Amino acid sequence: MFEKALKGSRGYGIWVAFLLTLTAVGFYFYLRQLAYGLGITGMGRDVSWGLYIAQFTFLVGIAASAVMLVLPYYLHDYKAFGKITILGEFLAVAAVIMCVTFVFVDLGQPGRVMNVLLYPSPTSILFWDMIVLNGYLLLNIVTGWTVLESDKKGVPPPSWVRPLIILSIPWAISIHTVTAFIYAGLPGRGFWLTAIMAPRFLASAFASGPALLILFCLLLKRITRFDAGEKAIQALAKIVTYALATSIFFVLVELFTTFYGQIPGHMDHFRYLFTGLDGHRMIANWMDVSAVVACLSLVLLIIPRTRQKESLLALACAGVFVSLWIEKGLGLVITGFIPSPLEALPDYIPTGPEIAITTGVWALGLLLITLFYKIFISVRTED
Amino acid sequence: MKLHDRGRIIAGILVFLIAATFPFWYGKGRTIAPPDLKLDTPAIAQLSRKLCVEPTPYMRANHMKLLVAWRDSAVRNANRSYRAADGRLYTISLTGTCLGCHSNKTQFCDRCHDYAGAKPNCWSCHITPEEVR
Amino acid sequence: MAPTRREFLKIAGVSAAGLLLPPWAPLAAGQSPNPAVPPAAGPLPALTARRWAMAVDAAKCRPGCTDCIAACHAAHNVPDFKNPKDDIHWIALEKVGHVFPAEAHSALPEPLRALALPVLCNHCQNPPCVRVCPTKATFKRADGIVMMDYHRCIGCRFCMAACPYGSRSMNYRDPRPFIAKLNPEFPTRTKGVVEKCNFCEERLARGLFPACVLACKEKVLSFGDLEEPGSEVRRVLERGFSIQRRPELGTGPQVYYRL
Repeated sequence: MFEKALKGSRGYGIWVAFLLTLTAVGFYFYLRQLAYGLGITGMGRDVSWGLYIAQFTFLVGIAASAVMLVLPYYLHDYKAFGKITILGEFLAVAAVIMCVTFVFVDLGQPGRVMNVLLYPSPTSILFWDMIVLNGYLLLNIVTGWTVLESDKKGVPPPSWVRPLIILSIPWAISIHTVTAFIYAGLPGRGFWLTAIMAPRFLASAFASGPALLILFCLLLKRITRFDAGEKAIQALAKIVTYALATSIFFVLVELFTTFYGQIPGHMDHFRYLFTGLDGHRMIANWMDVSAVVACLSLVLLIIPRTRQKESLLALACAGVFVSLWIEKGLGLVITGFIPSPLEALPDYIPTGPEIAITTGVWALGLLLITLFYKIFISVRTED
Repeated sequence: MKLHDRGRIIAGILVFLIAATFPFWYGKGRTIAPPDLKLDTPAIAQLSRKLCVEPTPYMRANHMKLLVAWRDSAVRNANRSYRAADGRLYTISLTGTCLGCHSNKTQFCDRCHDYAGAKPNCWSCHITPEEVR
Repeated sequence: MAPTRREFLKIAGVSAAGLLLPPWAPLAAGQSPNPAVPPAAGPLPALTARRWAMAVDAAKCRPGCTDCIAACHAAHNVPDFKNPKDDIHWIALEKVGHVFPAEAHSALPEPLRALALPVLCNHCQNPPCVRVCPTKATFKRADGIVMMDYHRCIGCRFCMAACPYGSRSMNYRDPRPFIAKLNPEFPTRTKGVVEKCNFCEERLARGLFPACVLACKEKVLSFGDLEEPGSEVRRVLERGFSIQRRPELGTGPQVYYRL
């Protein structure tokens, strides 16, 4: 079925070429980073994880969100999702590949990455993350491809696919829980050391992932003959609504514990995040935008009339995606480091090469999604 | 049986054959001198018996394995003492012991490594006497 | 005759078991004769302990003195990048209010609040950095030292996130051009790995106390085996009250401060 990705309209070709260019530029800057070291980024002694790990954290959530299509359809026979579970699975594949790539470009000695498998350390969450992420990748590649191929041949999928798909449901929960555990088990980082880290991750994942899927479905409806169906899109929109509401609620709950409890060490991180500390406002500026956009998007999603209007739904979903990208892909990771263990307030400013590499990896992911969805559309609209 | 795109296929096979046999015909007729290892360091000159940690044929074949065992012994097991096959005791140290005698890395270690195309990355951390001089 | 693989492995195993035997340092037969690099074993036998620890008698610190930092960084080829972002340090001086933010209150006397304390890796008994390392590139030795294996480190910096004390530094670029004077007795590191204080384990193996301890003219730093009743560090800590950094985290830090 790969050959279906090679033929397309002029617009398709231009889009693919654009993404390939961005990927190539990102790769060039990665070679520069290999030569110079990670110092080419804005990371430093105090803020030792930056844009790369933040993107990884956000994208694990996107990958996990495929479960929001799979669970209703395969466990509860929600027929409306039948057409689009493959879209979720392919999105998961592209997202996991982006995750693994972001971790890879963040390593100081990437040539030694196999040490994680050669010298397994079961006490390390990163070890488990490597296992569950790659397992999830394999699961979704196998199930997505097999179901699509059966579709193409016009036959029901083989019976062994179903248990694998059922397995991907708890597995999806596990990948994001394990990723949350990377942060939630560190005694020295009070901002992250909270049991609500995993629930927060899952809530924001189930809001941002389906929001992206809705945007993709609306786009596909506009530029191809594929229509996911009003029922599926509205069901997804309701999932986004509930998940976003939960995510915002979890943030408010954290704010209560922190500011009613009045422990200075805890308050400092949240003050830095939302209002800035001692004039250091870079992250706070972004987070304030994120908070406002999240609330506005929630309003648009709650009101049925605005949720059912496609243009406003698209706006709301874009808002959800951007807002949660800021919260998880920037706010969460950086704020864990500021103030530092010795009470310093370092600045983290991503550099040009760092942004170029990040863009390159995103372009690679979007390229994979484009190719996968092109194959999907070709198969679905063949007759 | 018809062969479609015959011209392209035959051209492709020819290109492949030329590329795949490249190592065999590229250097034909040229002689490259074997590496000339210099053992005339001041430290080696002082030795009464010119012996390395282990016999030369063994070292030539296995010095990297020995170094990996030394590395794990010193770093991970905190054991910096090595008893050679003939009973002599050595301190485990690349710079201190190995390069203590072979203080001319560019005229010893590098000669074989360059010849064989081996690029050990030990030197990014372990200091060579020539750097200090 | 060259040893067979089996013979070689047996010998390597016996050498590793040599940990349990008394130090062989005086047996200098086969030592390196290169005068530029003194023999690593001897003249003093290796120091062993059940729990290495350090005590900091901060009140004795001379204001403006950085001897401990200079000695440590010179002995270990720690680079000076001259910019705070890429900064690597194994030991540093920090104000009391930053080292003990929970305990340092506004009613403390001014001399105490202005005090700069040396901070370094605490070689914790229950180190979070060791727990999170995905390759066991950082690991805890039987004598208490939290070691770094720079050969195995993949530079993921999980340990830096896990350390509650800010003791670790990453080589974000090649350190070699930024080392003022190379000390041939100790390797440098390469870009892409995390490094930190190692309680001078290479000096302990030669029977020497850590460089910072010996460099301090005011005798601020004491070192020794905390489980050895007569050790210097025990005697210093028995003089009175001492505190550790963030003890409530359960890390069990082995650097104690007497203020």
